[in-house]
Amino acid sequence: MNQKEALTEYLLRLADSDMILGQRLCELCGKAPALEEEMALMNVALDLVGQARNWYEYASDLIDDGRDADKLAYRRDAHDYRNLLLTEQPNEDYAVTMGRQFFFDVWHYFTLKSLVNASDERVAGIAAKALKEVTYHLRRSSEWVKRLGDGTEESHRRMQDAVDILWRFTGELITPDETDQLMAQAGIGPDPEQLKEDWRGLVKEVLQEATLTPQPDDAWMYMGGKHGEHTEHLGFILAEMQFLQRAYPDATTW
Amino acid sequence: MPQHGDSDNRSAVDILIASDRVPANARPDLLTEDDIWALLEEVKDPEVPAVSVVELGIVRAVHWDGKELSIDVTPTYSGCPATELIEELIAEALRAAGFRDPKINQVLTPAWTTDWITDEGKEKLRAFGIAPPEGSSSKMSLLGEPEVIACPHCGSKDTERVSEFGSTACKALYRCKECLEPFDYFKCI
Repeated sequence: MNQKEALTEYLLRLADSDMILGQRLCELCGKAPALEEEMALMNVALDLVGQARNWYEYASDLIDDGRDADKLAYRRDAHDYRNLLLTEQPNEDYAVTMGRQFFFDVWHYFTLKSLVNASDERVAGIAAKALKEVTYHLRRSSEWVKRLGDGTEESHRRMQDAVDILWRFTGELITPDETDQLMAQAGIGPDPEQLKEDWRGLVKEVLQEATLTPQPDDAWMYMGGKHGEHTEHLGFILAEMQFLQRAYPDATTW
Repeated sequence: MPQHGDSDNRSAVDILIASDRVPANARPDLLTEDDIWALLEEVKDPEVPAVSVVELGIVRAVHWDGKELSIDVTPTYSGCPATELIEELIAEALRAAGFRDPKINQVLTPAWTTDWITDEGKEKLRAFGIAPPEGSSSKMSLLGEPEVIACPHCGSKDTERVSEFGSTACKALYRCKECLEPFDYFKCI
């Protein structure tokens, strides 16, 4: 794998994770638990889809086979999707929705914070914009984890359950593969060891304040999203998300 | 996700139709860059019609050599749904002034910040009922205490945040504990 191939792969991972989590959050449109929460969730989703578009557009320029951002998002199947498994997990109750968001936001925040200094100018530019938005996301999701964890007996139990359910998908966030290593060596992606340390540090700090117990670092982890091996949920997300573009390919007016 | 800022892809018919809207007596060749900036001052943000795209800091540069016109614009948020509409409104205003094929370039770097909203723009926001961003984006901390936001209606500083997000991505929702009115706060980023 040369550097251009690794960068393309890396950009698709960033784009796909943003896109799939954005789509997941949009499922709550019209049925979030409170109006303010609905506005917040949709705004977070909007940020993520906007960021996905920026990454897709860059990937599209590198791939250079005529596929634009739309085609990359709407015409690839599950095995071509490179999103983190965490992002495709169902919304379940609000503790799971916010727990998933929190684990992702911590990873997203530290990743972008590093990408802002990428040797690749276009990556740095997109990241600088996204970082401003993701800082808000992280502040909000960490507040929710604390409020639910250190709340009532029921909210604590549900938030702890959410941590236990989601933990198995977090290993993938901080376990580098060849692409991650190549990106770090090229001065584009974050140093994998630093990312792992930062992620674990902040997650543990917030969970502790939330009176929640993390699972062990060496717990068994599901991996594979970054290589196109997904849980059963992704196919259903894509079936809904891609329906229109699949049914009416290249339509210019909806 | 339609393509944007890419007027090269427009068909000959599109350009012909667009040029039909150009007033016959328009003389854009006589306009200066300052005139063009003044023209853009008239283009309002579709979601906050009290302020112009110049006052919001969305227009970054005007390039005009007497023949070719291109405008650099930057989106406020990555996913701001008004981005394309704003670009279209800018192009529309320029065509109405006689520019046949204005180019709109989207630039991401440096990333838009509320520090670019002009003082006049901030005052107009306040008069419109939206509390303008407080302080400077560079001094924000990740998990720091939120700033004190003054109510745009009565000026009281006894306000509370209801939600981190408001009616659009760029705003948060607040409530004044003095006059009891809810209001939008234009977040500092």
